[in-house]
Amino acid sequence: MKPTEIAALLRLEVALDLRQRAAWAGMLLYVVSAVYVCYLAVKGGLGLATWNALFWIILLFAAFNALARSFQREDAGRQLYLYTLVDPRSVILARALYNGATMVVLSLLSLLVYALLLGTEVLEQADLPQFVLAVVLGGIGFAAVLTLISAIAARAGNGIGLMAILGFPLVLPLLLTVMRASKLALDGVAWSVTSTYFGGLVLLDVITVSLAWILFPYLWRD
Amino acid sequence: MKHWWKFLGIGLLVIASIAALRIPLAPALVHVSPDRIAPGPVDVTVTGYNTTFGNEVKVRLVNDGQSVCASSVAVLDASHLTARFDIPSGLRANLTDVVVDGFTYPGALFTEGLGTGITSSTCPEPTGAARTFAFPNRSILYESIRNLHFHVPMWFTMIVLMGISVFQSIKVLGSNSLERDLAAEMAVRIGLVFCVLGLITGALWARATWGAFWTNDVKLNGAAVTGLIYVAYLVLRGSVQDAHKRARLAAIYNIFAFVLLVLFLFVVPRLNAIDSLHPGNGGNSGFNDLDLDNRLRVIFYPAVLGWVLLGCWMYDLRVRAARLANIMDR
Repeated sequence: MKPTEIAALLRLEVALDLRQRAAWAGMLLYVVSAVYVCYLAVKGGLGLATWNALFWIILLFAAFNALARSFQREDAGRQLYLYTLVDPRSVILARALYNGATMVVLSLLSLLVYALLLGTEVLEQADLPQFVLAVVLGGIGFAAVLTLISAIAARAGNGIGLMAILGFPLVLPLLLTVMRASKLALDGVAWSVTSTYFGGLVLLDVITVSLAWILFPYLWRD
Repeated sequence: MKHWWKFLGIGLLVIASIAALRIPLAPALVHVSPDRIAPGPVDVTVTGYNTTFGNEVKVRLVNDGQSVCASSVAVLDASHLTARFDIPSGLRANLTDVVVDGFTYPGALFTEGLGTGITSSTCPEPTGAARTFAFPNRSILYESIRNLHFHVPMWFTMIVLMGISVFQSIKVLGSNSLERDLAAEMAVRIGLVFCVLGLITGALWARATWGAFWTNDVKLNGAAVTGLIYVAYLVLRGSVQDAHKRARLAAIYNIFAFVLLVLFLFVVPRLNAIDSLHPGNGGNSGFNDLDLDNRLRVIFYPAVLGWVLLGCWMYDLRVRAARLANIMDR
């Protein structure tokens, strides 16, 4: 595992994504459609708790949709070729980093669309930096958990259905913590209260990525 | 003797289960009417549970340490009596306790006509009755306290079995052994049986004490997530055909899920400071201050050990049966 390897793999991911712009367009369209359906369904006037819950549900499904691609866009032969070139640990770390970055962008875009359509009254009394931090940490957390799950589902040769079954229960600890943190941020609670949650989220992310880093080398072998 | 632990487990289970169902509840006062008193004569009806009210029963009211003795007591039967009091005016506290022999019903009567205190009377002390071995009798719980010896051991057993499964999964990653993989799968299957039993006993207990079969409680969420994770584990196993690949994928998922599960069950609730309705959480008293004389523990620990040993035996049988089925297939 070398930093140069990781950098090269990250460049590869970016190049692949630039080549498949349709995939990004698909992810964004998914978010926009989901938010628009919610907008049509609720017709304004959402309470703070519901606003928060709905946002996280949309983001959760967007994350599953976006991260399922992570290991499924390459066939087994090309993956094997990749693993002969570099340490598999570099692969999982690069993927986790790239997925984390993807999720940060996707979460912030979702927030923008969501706030635009479902109203910003809720954000008026909120502590905005805290809320954005919760969204960013939540996005990174989804990426951390779902990267390994995506790899397992891809190896099992079963698509997004298996990933949802495997991933949902594992995402729950993170989801509950981040929903509570963002709810407190929307309430405008002081940093001294919410810092425990943010610390906990960072801890969850670090533990999850380390686990993926330890377990991934056993996954790619046949 | 090779199978001593099986005999030990079954013996403990039988003794603990009989004891858990048969040991009586300690006597206690469960109902007092009316619920308020004012200065003047008043008749107070007291209902007990497992009590032995007799003609020598001593009844008094205690208000902020000051006693009012009953002027006359009419015992209806072993668990019902009516006592007449002359309530003086000038009691100090809002709530008055009812004391019958050694038993207290705290805060039973809302008190009117408050003042600066009365001259406390010295009531006749009850003759101390011999205490028998009994479970604590607490309001809300009452007889359902026996479920402690069934509900909680289920979760202990499940955690032990899931621990065995993760241990076997770690071994699978090191050795690629299909035997270990089989053991991990069987531990999960038996663990899920105990998860279901824990949910059923818990739901019945919740209905009796909290009024609903399911509540939005941290521990219930934890149980639900545990069930989902291990059902997902079995689905993952079912969707891979190649045995060696299945062993490795299942082992990786098992280890990943177990660590996150431990975080979810033991770290996230503390972090979120979410209150639970369960004893020992959110300001609820734990069971250890219910049984100062360890009356529950004497039964509880053998019950836990018995259920864990039974779970291990079931797991052992399933592994051996599956191994034999494999040999028959060949």
